Amino acid sequence: MTIYNFNGQTCRGGKIKVNNLNFYYGSFQALRNINLDIPGCAITAIIGPSGCGKSSFLRLLNRMNDLIYGSRIEGTIELDGKNIFDKTVDVVDLRKNVGMVFQKPNPFPISIFDNIAFGPKQHGKKNKMELEEIVENSLKQAALWDEVKDKLGQSALALSGGQQQRLCIARVLSVEPEVILMDEPCSALDPMATLKIEDLMRTLAKNYTIIIVTHNMQQAARVSDTTAFFMMEPDRAGSLVEYGSTSEIFTNPKDKRTEDYITGRFG
Amino acid sequence: MEIRTDFNKRLREIQDDILIMGSMVEKAMTTSIKALKDRDIDLAQHLIEDDEYINHKRFEIEEKCIRLIATQQPLAVDLRTIISVLNILTELERIGDYAAGIAKIVLMIGCEEHLKPLVDIPRMADKAISMLQRSLDAFIKHDAVAAKSVITEDDDVDNLYDQVFRELLTFMIEDPKTITRATRLVWVAHNLERSADRITNICERIIYIVTGKMEEMGASNY
Repeated sequence: MTIYNFNGQTCRGGKIKVNNLNFYYGSFQALRNINLDIPGCAITAIIGPSGCGKSSFLRLLNRMNDLIYGSRIEGTIELDGKNIFDKTVDVVDLRKNVGMVFQKPNPFPISIFDNIAFGPKQHGKKNKMELEEIVENSLKQAALWDEVKDKLGQSALALSGGQQQRLCIARVLSVEPEVILMDEPCSALDPMATLKIEDLMRTLAKNYTIIIVTHNMQQAARVSDTTAFFMMEPDRAGSLVEYGSTSEIFTNPKDKRTEDYITGRFG
Repeated sequence: MEIRTDFNKRLREIQDDILIMGSMVEKAMTTSIKALKDRDIDLAQHLIEDDEYINHKRFEIEEKCIRLIATQQPLAVDLRTIISVLNILTELERIGDYAAGIAKIVLMIGCEEHLKPLVDIPRMADKAISMLQRSLDAFIKHDAVAAKSVITEDDDVDNLYDQVFRELLTFMIEDPKTITRATRLVWVAHNLERSADRITNICERIIYIVTGKMEEMGASNY
């Protein structure tokens, strides 16, 4: 097992292992032969031009593709050594373990408290005290507690965009996942809210494995430990061009295509 | 269609500025040795005053680099180029100072006869100037091989320095009255030797721009 050291923190390789992954929407191949070893308790950024399959790839990691009619997968994705496409895997459990934060904050139109308590309730937690503790812990972890502790009964829709996004992160944390997927989590936020989310990501990376898809290269450079660069092949299938430590990718990429992309000379 | 046209234009401008500053420094080196050979006090005085232009150019380019980093977030080879330019600037500015230092020694020497006709010191200067020219050429062409070959020539300058030092030492041993004059020439040779070292530093930065690897290539004996 590969051991990495990011920002003084030791991370183990192989938290998620992607092996010879091909993904199709009907006859269209969206991803070709992806092989990737994502370390645990670290942030992995996925970058690449539009249409290169970044988001498709991210959605495969908690089987959101199951919802797309006609999609098909070859290869495996192992989470802690177990193939997530295995017939014995319960998708609800998987999505509890692998949470997702979307581009636009999507709080439920209910109170702040109920937004966070929603997941744990679905997973059978009914005790009020226990739920209160989960809500408080999740909001604290998402660095939102101080801002909302006096208005937990208010509608989540009354929060600002940045607060809503942190609420969505708290909602993911409330079911104690191991992996958090983030699809452009800051693209609808202002710079200050973006920096808050980035700070939060760095804090969360101590205990969670985070995978973020971003168009913002500076964001990838700022927050992530490893970076994967995807690109579209001539037949429009997405493939992995280069994967390595973020500092290496952004200062001295090995592949000319990565160099051209991150220096803004194509894409 | 070229993407990032404005950024590319500004990056090219900075690289052109390095060439301009490089030629200012080269001229200072040539002039300093001419002033020394001819014991031309006026020329030396001008050179000392003109050093201000080199210093000014250094700050001008440095500001451009900082602005480009702040506004354009350069990455990969662009980032390596700009960071290396910031280092190269310092090296060039110091070489300019060494030339001005030689001019100051010329003022000290005044109209005094040299101990002997100058042979090795001009050779050292020619060698260092040629190294500087070729390092600037390698910089513009992003040519790591050429930069490496310049670095190997630092040994020639070091050997010449050894030779000059030993020769001047014999003068001093034979006749202590020559110590002041000989020491001044040792300072001149030392400045030229240091200039060549600075040029090897420039070459190391060029190699970094091209390969992304930072390594000490030309450890000087001095």
